[in-house]
Amino acid sequence: MIIKEIQNMTLCALKQGMKDKDFTSLEITEVLLSRINGLGATLNAFITVTAEQAIKEAKDADKLIATGKDKPLLGLPIAHKDLFCTDGVLTSCASKMLHNFIPPYDASVVKNLKASGAIMLGKTNMDEFAMGSSNETSYYGPVKNPWNLDLSPGGSSGGSATAVAACLVPAATGTDTGGSIRQPAALTGITGIKPTYGRVSRFGMIAFASSLDQGGVFTRSVEDAALLLGEMAGFDENDSTSVDVPVPDYLGGINQPVKGLKIGLVRQHFDAGLDDDNAIAVKEALDVLKDQGAVIIDIDLPNIELSVPTYYVVASAECSSNLSRYDGVRFGYRAENYKDLNEFYCKTRGEGFGAEVKRRIMTGTYVLSAGYYDAYYLKAQKVRQLISQDFKKAFEKVDLIAGPTTPSPAFSLGAKMDDPIEMYLNDIYTIGANLAGLPGMSIPCGFVNGLPVGLQLVGKHFGEESLLQCGHHYQQATDWHLQIPEQFK
Amino acid sequence: MNSNWEIVIGLEIHAQLATKSKIFSGASTAYGGEPNTQACLVDLGYPGTLPVLNQQAIEMAIRFGLAVDAEISSRSVFARKNYFYPDLPKGYQISQLDLPIVVGGNMSILDGDGNEKIIGITRAHLEEDAGKSVHEGLDGLSGIDLNRAGTPLLEIVSEPEMSSAREAVAYMRKIHSIVRYLEISDGNMQEGSFRCDANVSIKRFDQKELGTRAELKNLNSFKFIEKAINHEVMRQIEIIEDGGEVKQETRLYDSDLDETRPMRSKEEANDYRYFPDPDLLPVIIDETYIAYIKKTLPELPNAKQQRFIETYNLKVSDAQILTTTKQLADFYEAVEKIANTESQISANWVIGDYTAALNRDDLEIKDAKLSAADLAGLLNKIADQTISGKIAKEVFEAMWDGEGSAEEIIESKGLVQITDDSEIETIIDQVIENNPSQLAEYLSGKDRLFGFFVGQVMKETKGKANPQKVNEILKNKLT
Repeated sequence: MIIKEIQNMTLCALKQGMKDKDFTSLEITEVLLSRINGLGATLNAFITVTAEQAIKEAKDADKLIATGKDKPLLGLPIAHKDLFCTDGVLTSCASKMLHNFIPPYDASVVKNLKASGAIMLGKTNMDEFAMGSSNETSYYGPVKNPWNLDLSPGGSSGGSATAVAACLVPAATGTDTGGSIRQPAALTGITGIKPTYGRVSRFGMIAFASSLDQGGVFTRSVEDAALLLGEMAGFDENDSTSVDVPVPDYLGGINQPVKGLKIGLVRQHFDAGLDDDNAIAVKEALDVLKDQGAVIIDIDLPNIELSVPTYYVVASAECSSNLSRYDGVRFGYRAENYKDLNEFYCKTRGEGFGAEVKRRIMTGTYVLSAGYYDAYYLKAQKVRQLISQDFKKAFEKVDLIAGPTTPSPAFSLGAKMDDPIEMYLNDIYTIGANLAGLPGMSIPCGFVNGLPVGLQLVGKHFGEESLLQCGHHYQQATDWHLQIPEQFK
Repeated sequence: MNSNWEIVIGLEIHAQLATKSKIFSGASTAYGGEPNTQACLVDLGYPGTLPVLNQQAIEMAIRFGLAVDAEISSRSVFARKNYFYPDLPKGYQISQLDLPIVVGGNMSILDGDGNEKIIGITRAHLEEDAGKSVHEGLDGLSGIDLNRAGTPLLEIVSEPEMSSAREAVAYMRKIHSIVRYLEISDGNMQEGSFRCDANVSIKRFDQKELGTRAELKNLNSFKFIEKAINHEVMRQIEIIEDGGEVKQETRLYDSDLDETRPMRSKEEANDYRYFPDPDLLPVIIDETYIAYIKKTLPELPNAKQQRFIETYNLKVSDAQILTTTKQLADFYEAVEKIANTESQISANWVIGDYTAALNRDDLEIKDAKLSAADLAGLLNKIADQTISGKIAKEVFEAMWDGEGSAEEIIESKGLVQITDDSEIETIIDQVIENNPSQLAEYLSGKDRLFGFFVGQVMKETKGKANPQKVNEILKNKLT
């Protein structure tokens, strides 16, 4: 086996390769580590590379493989977004506030994947506390899009998306509060899935907005997403909002035919905000699914245009409270030189948080304040109910909802940093699934001006299986997901 | 107090629930550990950690609700109360606001005139306690001890229906008694397991609306509550009578100076920005579960008090004292069962000498050496006239000190009562002979001196003479 090919392989292919003794876990790990530290270094996709630990784990995995032991992910390398707590390894949330925070425990997702045999290569860069859509709010600097280094990979899970797209690692975890997996997956040309709220434990996943946050994965195929999601998902008694529903065999069921599958196309998604070429790519993708027997039905989500303002009220409110624990008392950044307690707080939080995080904390504090609560927070919760009901009604007619993941392909670094509203609107198609707690997935469906764009599929609660089946069939018929940026081939 | 003024008091009682682990984590709730040894990552507010509700806390809150005839909410919600303080690890306290677990309810107390008065209970909700800031012995620095952080509290809010400090204390005692009967709180006030805030206002009798209230914080002894409220009432009366206005504020009672003063840090009104905690699901409680818990409730103080009055024919006030704690009530019933004395006499002993001895030695009933059977043994010696009630007190003290059973002590100290008429007569004759001047005075009409002669006889017999017989014979001799 030529070492050069390893980096392009999917998890499933790597697994087969190790089984066939084409290469070892150690070989895979070494190839990828050298890419991360060499060719990939310019991308700024990683905050921490855990080379030593990875090599040790790879050797251990090889020993197990030699004795005939098997685990679903044994010896397969992955990376974690830097907001999943990792025992003994810096978990910064890309914030100065946690630049020195080394958790004494593993997040449940990390623990589950470790137990399945996965090897962690490192922790990926992200928007600070997952707040951002361009990966530019990171304390560790922006991540670059491997398709064009002047462009943003999207966010907030920009590091994970870039690492997978640039073949630095075959898969990575991410989190999605308003589109933070699907949007960067679309903008970097890979597969990204955000499961149903409650499907994956949030324990150890540092909170941005608790009622919206959900962990998921980035891979280079839907098949890999099915494999990885099956290992990380499941009920966790440490997370009261995780749901005790059995995890189906996603990978095993992925070949179920899509014939007769009813796919809804949201009329409101094809309005003026959508880039024309992007719209064409999505329509062409649906034609592919139609050829495979799917039925396309037009549907309405009448309140979906309210999703962005609703989201920014709810998410900001929750984050303003979730981030109160960063006070410099027990962990993380602590300011020096303060006169009294008040100044201690002001300096610590003023110096520890970046501008976007502060903006959202202030917005959230405002919408929860006495006198404004009813007009903003309560109203937003009501609209959230309406949006959920719209989806519920739509799902009486269809099995899946399809549409664009983003309004346009990747934008330039710096292009939207001065205009938060413009930045927020990049998540216009993805936020609805978070507000309604539904599973969503983005898969590559073509190129606009040489840049990848994504097709978003949204399913019913715990309907991950049909998302994966549909996405897998699409990838069987297309090769958009196999494209790799020239510079990183 | 001042008869122009009506006093209005409402209490917010915080009862620490006796769960084994904290309300949202698995850490122990035991008191007194080395600082920060009983705080897990959840209690420390570590990034990524999440709260998981302790089922036992829910059960205890329901027990309380049922005991005060309240409604148990079929759906209750935890909310975050946001504020910054170094001993509040998450920057918010998980509490309940709009939908508490217990709604309504009432508690009967005896008012100043000894009449029954019903105090309404507005609500009771579950919340987590904060940690403690430590300022002593750290060279001018402040330390944080988070052992207490996450300890479950039941906050019991009364209606503003108490009209004197004594009523407030009576109400608080009643709640204290209930939570201990229900075994949902150890009620230990020194350790802060049971404390209250009092909302105090005054108004003129003809005034309809309530006056501006001051909140007195963290009153943790019955004595302090009474003193603090009385002090606060006087303060408010003085302000208004001097033409001033009472400010709505939080005040701290200083037991050393016996005064209340404004709390510095809470001058500005706090906006806690409450909102439902998205990390916790609403608590859904069904009727079956409530019915199940109802079956496990013990006999409560009011019912027990009534039964004591009816079964043992006790004075109301005594029945009330005896039923203050389940331990004392059980002790009384155990004594009553064995003792042949009248039930009221047994009650007098349990309330009197026995309780005094416990208090003197600062003992709990379970730690005292003298058992109910021991005390009943002593009472039986009174009943069969082996000793008088007065001698019994001496025997009791010896028993308390572990010198033996009633029988043994009476025997070894030779305390058996003299009941033989001729023996008593001999002593009386001697006393009369030795006190001719008193005799003369008595015979000339100074009736009071009868007691003097009784006393002399008792002195001669070291108290062992049967007092009734002494009276009887002496009366005959002196007429």
